[in-house]
Amino acid sequence: MSLLQTRSLEAFYGDFQALFGIDMTVEAGETVAIIGANGAGKSTFLKALCGLMPGLNGEVRFDGLELGDLTAHAIVRLGLALVPEGRKLFQSLSVEENLLIGAHTKRPGPWTLETVYGLFPMLHQRRHAPGTDLSGGQQQMVAIGRALMSNPKLLLCDELSLGLAPVVIKDIYEVLPEISAQGSTVIIVEQDINQAMAVSDKLYCLQEGRVTLQGHPDSVTRDQITQAYFGMEQA
Amino acid sequence: MEWVSTIIQGVLLGGLYALFATGLSLIFGVMRLVNIAHGDLIVLAAFVSLAVVSGLGLDPLMSLVIVIPVMAAFGYILQRGLLNYTLGNNILPPLLVTFGLSIILENVLLEIFSADSQRLLAGGLETASLALPGGLAVGTFPVMIFVSAVAVIACLQFMLYRTALGRVFRATSDDQQTAQLMGIDNRHVFALAMAVALAIVAVAGVFMAIRTNFDPSVGPARLIYAFEAVIIGGLGNPWGTLAGGVILGVSQAIGAKINPGWQILAGHIVFLVVLVVRPRGLFEKVQDL
Repeated sequence: MSLLQTRSLEAFYGDFQALFGIDMTVEAGETVAIIGANGAGKSTFLKALCGLMPGLNGEVRFDGLELGDLTAHAIVRLGLALVPEGRKLFQSLSVEENLLIGAHTKRPGPWTLETVYGLFPMLHQRRHAPGTDLSGGQQQMVAIGRALMSNPKLLLCDELSLGLAPVVIKDIYEVLPEISAQGSTVIIVEQDINQAMAVSDKLYCLQEGRVTLQGHPDSVTRDQITQAYFGMEQA
Repeated sequence: MEWVSTIIQGVLLGGLYALFATGLSLIFGVMRLVNIAHGDLIVLAAFVSLAVVSGLGLDPLMSLVIVIPVMAAFGYILQRGLLNYTLGNNILPPLLVTFGLSIILENVLLEIFSADSQRLLAGGLETASLALPGGLAVGTFPVMIFVSAVAVIACLQFMLYRTALGRVFRATSDDQQTAQLMGIDNRHVFALAMAVALAIVAVAGVFMAIRTNFDPSVGPARLIYAFEAVIIGGLGNPWGTLAGGVILGVSQAIGAKINPGWQILAGHIVFLVVLVVRPRGLFEKVQDL
């Protein structure tokens, strides 16, 4: 049984339809990349999985359960965690408090304050600083650590590289294999195609709310991606 | 010396105002709800205490053992069953609903307890006094109220910054949607915040009832004092709220000293001056809550 399966998933912002029948299957242990241009519906898709998009059509099955109309906080308890776009650290909480609030669900697993600090030693030094005093890269580490503290079966990462320097992006992506090794399945949403292809086992490309390409990163060509990404008509 | 005494009385009165204000401030901080019924909830607590005192023959201060949990439970249910549904992107529904609640509470109390002025008698505590050096004397009970206000605010501060529940309150205050992604159920958190706020309201209501006469119509004036203390002190800062209460109390005491008719007016004028000079309060924190 797949860890995550969506069937004909549609999402709306008021009258505006953002997702048109997304079918996606993610097996446990995979790292899946979703790429696409701005406004393709990548973030909306992740939000829909997390229960943040009211009025969904279609079906989301996670770990054998139909998520249906479950609220966001109930879905987190099932083992689904999001690293939101733009980090979204709690500004009045310190680094350590941000991590501790991530463990609110008290799900057991490998990730604790100690193991997260092991993954990002830098955070241990700055654990008493307000989360928002950190650099963008460090804030991203807090956001990842905070999501890991809920010991998710499925970790969703939205635009990890957004606004970060290339050298910092490299550092952040280096920890993904370690996270996978601890048993989390990972979905990353990226605009940086090279980064996404390098770490993923499976690739989906979205364009205007539809899946335009899917496959193993090695089996798709540059041309195919360009077409799927930018929507250029095939000759 | 008379003026020193006046200022001390004002400071002590400020303790009561700080108690009025703390719950209001907490609720605004956690869920951005402006609770127009706050003053009437204080009066409700006073009447619950009156009922407990006359029904069970308890001492008014002992009645807190019952009034605090009753008000906290009422707060949880009120938030879960009604006020949560008013929260959203629009500021108007919570204002209208709590305004309506204020009118309902006032009229229900009027129906049950009549418009008669009431007072809780605490067996001589109201008139007891402590002698201070220099021939000054302060009321024992006002000192008790002030010490309680400091204790309540210290506990609240500890809860907010040193406990898991406080962490949840602050996270929810910062960003409700992201808090939900941590597995936090907003509806439950808001209800807990209202329960804590009404537990503080219970203390404020019982102290008010021992200190002064009250009847079902005095709620809105308590709301005004609470608002003024919160705004003078700066939103989201519990110690600032205490300072705001003290400034309001001292202003009123000085006003009354100059002319007995100026007590309330002096408080309002100082509030307005602060609002003009420092619209975000004297002790505004950089971040909300």
